Amino acid sequence: MERRASSPDMTGRNARLSITKQDFELTTGGFLLYFPQATLEMELKSPSEFAKEQVTAVQDYSVLAGRSIANLFSQPVYSGDIVQQADLIGVGSLPIVALSGLFTGVVLALNSANTLQRFGSLSLIAQLVSVGMVTELGPVLTGLMVAGRNASGMASELGSMVVTEQIDAMRALGTDPLKKLVTPRVVSTVFMLFFLTIISDLLGLFGGSVVSTLMLGLDAHQYWSSAWQVLAFRDVFTGLIKPLIFGFIIATVGCYYGMSARGGTQGVGRATTQAVVAASVSIVMVDAFVTKLLMAVFGNR
Amino acid sequence: MGAPPIVAEEPSRAIQDAASPVIVFEDVSLAFDDKVVLDGISFQLERGETKAIFGVAGSGKSTILKLAMGLIRPDSGRVHVLGVDITNMNQKDLFALRRKIGMVFQESALFDSLTVRENVAFRLLEEGDVSEADIEKRVLEVLSFVELEKTIDMFPSELSGGMRRRVAIARAIINEPELLLYDSPTGGLDPVTSTTIVELIIKQRDVAKTSSLFVTHRLQDAFTMATYGFDRKTNHMQPLSPSARETVPMCFLLLRDGKIIFNGDAHELAQSKDEYIREYIS
Ligand SMILES: Nc1ncnc2c1ncn2[C@@H]1O[C@H](COP(=O)(O)OP(=O)(O)OP(=O)(O)O)[C@@H](O)[C@H]1O
Ligand SMILES: [Mg+2]
Repeated sequence: MERRASSPDMTGRNARLSITKQDFELTTGGFLLYFPQATLEMELKSPSEFAKEQVTAVQDYSVLAGRSIANLFSQPVYSGDIVQQADLIGVGSLPIVALSGLFTGVVLALNSANTLQRFGSLSLIAQLVSVGMVTELGPVLTGLMVAGRNASGMASELGSMVVTEQIDAMRALGTDPLKKLVTPRVVSTVFMLFFLTIISDLLGLFGGSVVSTLMLGLDAHQYWSSAWQVLAFRDVFTGLIKPLIFGFIIATVGCYYGMSARGGTQGVGRATTQAVVAASVSIVMVDAFVTKLLMAVFGNR
Repeated sequence: MGAPPIVAEEPSRAIQDAASPVIVFEDVSLAFDDKVVLDGISFQLERGETKAIFGVAGSGKSTILKLAMGLIRPDSGRVHVLGVDITNMNQKDLFALRRKIGMVFQESALFDSLTVRENVAFRLLEEGDVSEADIEKRVLEVLSFVELEKTIDMFPSELSGGMRRRVAIARAIINEPELLLYDSPTGGLDPVTSTTIVELIIKQRDVAKTSSLFVTHRLQDAFTMATYGFDRKTNHMQPLSPSARETVPMCFLLLRDGKIIFNGDAHELAQSKDEYIREYIS
């Protein structure tokens, strides 16, 4: 992609490369014949060209991310599509999010019980599970689960639409695919991830309470009240701002890789994998930054 | 076949713009990475005219249609469509302009998550100011135009390639566009289905008087288009008398190595002395 294709909805022109490579491999059937060509291509890409490509990719991503929000403020807003996506993303992800939240709470309680018991402060377990789930594990795990499930789904769906020219057809029919396809996905992912995270937090706390009461013999009432009391405004704020950011990352990254898929079904597969990897890694990295930033804002505990 | 759903353009608009060409390419060049696909292409499409574009695979036919649709931008040169310069037009205006143009993609490009009804109605649903009953009526009209009323509740994956092309034509003509771009609508189809599709395109040309670019590999299709007219009484195309052929608004454009090597009517094409052209049309 180069300057002409700098907006993410312009059709890119890199399709030939991967196809020819594939054809070549298939027709010659020879790795030896194929390999020199591959290395040749690698060599041809100079560092500056590589850097330029990366910069363009970041630029394209930013345009897509920016427009996905800006589109909300101009007509038409596709509320039907937003609801449909919310159903797909939110309701569809509920089981995996619920299960992972529950068992994370269980594991968290089991692990901390061990350590806490050594110091004779088992009663702190509720606080530990509560702060851990609400500020970190709930948002991050839910984000990763939804990234695995939906960033890939978006990338493969939009990617197939790109390679079968459905995206071009949509533009030819006078509809902006960023508006019709990307914005609804971004909005509903942000919205749904927020609630999924809350559900995950609660189930994590519940998992912790099951361990505490059934296995460690603590009082359930005491568990819940100290879990509740330990949460300061900053914890809840941190825990609720994160899913908003993660949801935005998941949807924009998924859609970006989908919209820039090139080179047939193979390209769609590649886009899907890349979307999940990029979204997951970004979530973990951004989590670190956000945590640090909010600590700076609120001061240390 | 139902009554022709496409009413002729209101005379006022036709007269007003009758003189101005619908598409103008001025010295348009385009390269993909290092590969030059179009090298200084200039041509015009007059109002009401149908221009058949030929060339071997990869000669840039689809690229010309995408340029005319503003889906890609030229490296140099200018593209005017329906009287406006779209070369550097912003996305928003392009989307508005595209609503007046219909395009049939090479591989149909139907939305596979939508039914035939939703595919065909896509434009009207998007425009939002048409009532549901009207949309349904229109969808049935255009589907009967392509003789596919029965498929209305099916998904594109349940249709054959030829049926998909016809649905794509229905989708393109639903809002009576001023300009139609057909990308290889008969490609890879059997002769019977191809003829059905060519007949539809002739019908669209003669009944609705829509201007169009028609990309094809099959010279035969274009000759059929130049020598047949649509007869409203029988609802089928009929061979034209030699004198009537003169008036068919049909011309040919042949691409080779990024350049236009022929641009003229059927008569001129048959007379051409150029060896490549002779070989191509034989
Ligand atoms: N997105 C793209 N990226 C890179 N190259 C492209 C792209 N689209 C088209 N090309 C190249 O441009 C050239 C012209 O393509 P185009 O699709 O216009 O051919 P065509 O005349 O329609 O061929 P066919 O008859 O097979 O449909 C081809 O050589 C193709 O490799
Ligand atoms: Mg083509």
